[in-house]
Amino acid sequence: MMFLRAVATMFLGLSFILVVALSSTGLLAQEADPVARGEYLVNTSGCHDCHTPWGMGPNGPEPDMSRALSGHPADLQVGPPPDLSEEWVWAGNPTNTAYVGPWGVSFTANLTPDPETGVLRDMSESQFIDTIRNGRHMGQGRPILPPMPWPAYRNMTDEDLSAIYGYLQQIDPIPNAVPEPLPPGQ
Amino acid sequence: MSVPIIARSRRTGATLGVALALSAILAALAEPVQPSLGETAPADLFATGLYTDPAARSVDPRHLVFSPQYPLWTDGAAKRRWMSLPPGTQIDASDPDRWAFPAGTRFWKEFAFDGHPVETRYMEHLGEGRWVFATYEWSADGRQAPLAPERGRADAWPLSDGRTHAIPGRTDCRVCHGSGPAPVLGFSALQLSPDRDPGAPHAEPLPLDAVDLAVLVERGLIANASAGPAPRIPAADPMERAALGYLHANCGHCHNDRGALADLGFDLAHGLKDGSAAARTTSFGVALKDPPAGLPDGVELRIAPGDPAASALLYRAGSRDRLLQMPPLGTALVDEEAIALLARWVAQQPRAGKPAPQTEGEIR
Repeated sequence: MMFLRAVATMFLGLSFILVVALSSTGLLAQEADPVARGEYLVNTSGCHDCHTPWGMGPNGPEPDMSRALSGHPADLQVGPPPDLSEEWVWAGNPTNTAYVGPWGVSFTANLTPDPETGVLRDMSESQFIDTIRNGRHMGQGRPILPPMPWPAYRNMTDEDLSAIYGYLQQIDPIPNAVPEPLPPGQ
Repeated sequence: MSVPIIARSRRTGATLGVALALSAILAALAEPVQPSLGETAPADLFATGLYTDPAARSVDPRHLVFSPQYPLWTDGAAKRRWMSLPPGTQIDASDPDRWAFPAGTRFWKEFAFDGHPVETRYMEHLGEGRWVFATYEWSADGRQAPLAPERGRADAWPLSDGRTHAIPGRTDCRVCHGSGPAPVLGFSALQLSPDRDPGAPHAEPLPLDAVDLAVLVERGLIANASAGPAPRIPAADPMERAALGYLHANCGHCHNDRGALADLGFDLAHGLKDGSAAARTTSFGVALKDPPAGLPDGVELRIAPGDPAASALLYRAGSRDRLLQMPPLGTALVDEEAIALLARWVAQQPRAGKPAPQTEGEIR
């Protein structure tokens, strides 16, 4: 009898600890609020690393959050790419929004919901999920270029990708017309 | 203190119940999280029921052979196609552009180069609109055909100009088969019309044992098929008929008015329901909204009537630059015969005085 009571107490205690742990890390809140979940995923999955322009701040390179997730700045002209070799096959620019490699030159997209320049402006949630799943623009067009790590993100669940889409729909829109990618040799 | 045996049993049972419930919760929390990458397919082509004798590659004679009048260009691959309906079932043709297939319907398409089968693609309807898409890659000796890798197989067969045929990945199947009004693309009223277009690029002679729309109706395999003449694309002349048919089969599965890209207002599919000239009205003189890098200066319209050199459609269909090419997947070689046909068709159109004021997205 005493043993069973001890087991029951242990399970109750474990469940209490679990609830406290989930609450303290915000997981329950994320479960209840997909936008909160989307914000958490965007902030922890490295989206700002490339889609927010970086600059040199007092602590070294850091993202310019006044242009959060707005992609490669349209007014930032990139010069001719550097000479690359077999040892160094790709390179990035100082804002970490433009990259050159065997695929040509790629620019990170404007993920904000700007109705004129945001890459998601004509993309439904279903198309966004397809885009991440198969690595194609709009889920069915040209290939998404490196270094976008969609092969990793494609392993997210539909719910998580939907949460990211929902979060991106309600962040501040920033007008910024990102250039189209350039083929190799241009 | 002594406890009555019944009360003790109840308390023990309740405690065990709580323990089991908590264990179940913890077990559920420990379940691995899986992405949605599609339905599970049979591991081997021979498990799909295509053959009665896999060793001899004898196709089950109950399967229906078919051949669409406007074939999809796949780098010149020779194709053989079969479909199977569950016994006693029918295709619902109430919507002539969106046939509804019963659960259990299966399709196979074999792709061969230089006389060697390279891959066989497979579709199976699980019911309620859920389809299995799979591709099976043939071994060099033609004895085995296991499921191709989930991401497909690059360099599956050498083509000309150093290019190679690639077996598409599982999600690639959905790019084409999930973008239009119906997931089945080459088996439709228009594609199976007995009034076959002799001018269609790469038109295939109808196999002797193949079924067409008339045969399907005669055998009672189709319900609610519309009476009337055999479906045919209305056109000014045979060249235009062939051009519109090619665009329907090779572009219309994505560029249509009912799929994910409907908001583009670019409809190259020929719908029997409305019979409109959407391919012309949504492309002639319509400006590109986001021109891709690599288009020559001055190419600003989807189709510039009378001017093939200023028509983006011809550049994109005639390119295999991965940022420009159309279709964006499924082929490594330009379909030169089709490009020549489309160029002649565009060239014969009367030139407009100036570009129409429409842009992508404004046409519905």
